[in-house]
Amino acid sequence: MGIAPTPGVPQVIPARAGLSAVRSARGPEKPNYLAALLFLLPAGLLLVVFLLYPSLYTVLLSFNRGRNGVFEQWVGFDNYVRLFSDADFINLSTFPPSGALWNNILWIVFYTSIVIFLGLIIAVVAARVRYEAVIKAIVFIPMAIAATALAVIWKFVYSPDANIGLLNAFLGVFGIAPISWLGDENIVNFALIAVGIWGSVGFATVILSAAVKSIPAEVIESARVEGANERQIFFRMILPMVSLPISVLAVTLVVNVIKLFDLIYVMTAGGPGKASRVIAFVMYQQAFQAGQYGYGSAVAVVMLVLLTPIMIYNVRRFRTGAVT
Amino acid sequence: MSVLAAPMAGSRARTPAGRLVAALNHWVIHIALGLIGLIWLVPTIGLLVTSFRPRSDIQATGWWDIFNLHLTIDNYRQVLEAQGMLGAFVNTVFIAVPSTFLPLAICSLAAYAFSWIKFPFRDTLFLIVIAFLLVPVQVAFIPLLTTATSLVPDLQLTRGYVAVWLAHTAFALPFGIFLLRNFFITLPPDMIEAARIDGASDFRVFSRIVLPVSVPAIAAYGIFQFLWVWNDLLMALVFVQDSSKFPMTRAIQNLLSQYGTEWHLLAAGAFLLMIVPLVVFFSLQRYFVQGLLAGSIK
Repeated sequence: MGIAPTPGVPQVIPARAGLSAVRSARGPEKPNYLAALLFLLPAGLLLVVFLLYPSLYTVLLSFNRGRNGVFEQWVGFDNYVRLFSDADFINLSTFPPSGALWNNILWIVFYTSIVIFLGLIIAVVAARVRYEAVIKAIVFIPMAIAATALAVIWKFVYSPDANIGLLNAFLGVFGIAPISWLGDENIVNFALIAVGIWGSVGFATVILSAAVKSIPAEVIESARVEGANERQIFFRMILPMVSLPISVLAVTLVVNVIKLFDLIYVMTAGGPGKASRVIAFVMYQQAFQAGQYGYGSAVAVVMLVLLTPIMIYNVRRFRTGAVT
Repeated sequence: MSVLAAPMAGSRARTPAGRLVAALNHWVIHIALGLIGLIWLVPTIGLLVTSFRPRSDIQATGWWDIFNLHLTIDNYRQVLEAQGMLGAFVNTVFIAVPSTFLPLAICSLAAYAFSWIKFPFRDTLFLIVIAFLLVPVQVAFIPLLTTATSLVPDLQLTRGYVAVWLAHTAFALPFGIFLLRNFFITLPPDMIEAARIDGASDFRVFSRIVLPVSVPAIAAYGIFQFLWVWNDLLMALVFVQDSSKFPMTRAIQNLLSQYGTEWHLLAAGAFLLMIVPLVVFFSLQRYFVQGLLAGSIK
């Protein structure tokens, strides 16, 4: 996905991929320690040095003042208390609420639902025309493009100058004065979410199209013969049968939102002011621009905690796959 | 053959009224899809046209003013030479190629062990790999940067490419191992068994049997990983500190913060960044889509 919203790594475990297949795989009778060690050594080393050790270190550092990234002074939950009382991170006392974490929630609600909705509509409707492959390819192109390039494309479309920005030029035709899409803190998040949606619909379309086509033709045809109309076929037959791919897709999109960084960094740098910041942006900004490593670690740990339920869900699904 | 390819006009269009409704429906569909096609194409085309327009024209009229179209390649010349995008393009290649082949090699080895070698705690270890799938890169940034520099200050890993290669490789592992292992376990056990009975070592089975028959899966993953790294900004921001080694994503981000409204430069720069992924996408679309689907649904 142009957005990750760079090609979004599908991070949800398919139910079919259980451990069962491993058990049925016949290896030699005796465990082969030496071969296993040699084959796993490069991956194991990198995973320990680059993922396991740093994760533990970051969790510990989040309980420390951690200036310069070294353990200097333990502060208990201070970083977390500061973080959740920081109105720039989450502010629920106003209406509408604001802050970086709230922006992630906006993204999750609007981006996820609209991407799935449009993806499903395009998948179903395009299947009725001969140029289906062309439409799917066009919608899919943004998935191949860097979020940095998406950002330039859409900054150009959103330009407040009606001689440059297509959107304001278009509105000008109807006599509407130019709008500063990225400069108005009430609009900016929705303008960014629209770009995210544009970048990800192709992904949803391709996945849901595959799911829709897995429904046997005879099933739908016999429903038609029995007098079901197109609406009934969609809501009573197609929708229930794609509900599993939709839930998998929804989880993948939510993961993308929690990791969202590049698009925001290039398009608005979190602005105007701090209006469009998201959690991954706050982590980068606190750690690398403000030099607050302990505080930045706390933000990273919050990201990890947000992703943990999905992690557990993945592992569970994988293990139940082994039972069936 | 798709179910839904059944024409709208279906079996109920027997009366004139029914035929009219069906035809209308048909037109609604074509118009809706045409609109979708436009919305998804026009922004990119607008930037493409702009990248070939002289600066003075861009300031004067919108790119849609096609009756006054003068085209030039000066923008590209300027952004490649004066703005250093040529160097950034080369840097992106230097970052992306090793960051694609290293994970391919390491993931294949590990995926083979998880599929075809018996060892204790294999399932447990594999579940840990799956759990790692969702660890955000952000948790690794601070320790990697600070301890790496305090332990080996002379190494200055982030001055060169080593840090970004290793970081990209490490963070690609959980997904790559998962994907390739799921492919490797579908290979017929008899094929591997037979080779072993003939006395082939694990490395021989891996390199002579498993790898050759897994080329499509490995290619799909390789394309995915290549585009991921090519398009990355975040890892380059954190792990490439020497400005002469910045990839294109960082160069464009710099252009944007320095010359936010110099669209002739930004448009040309953005297209230089997009060209390789677009070529890959159009020439290898099948593998690319497979790679994306493999991890989620298939």
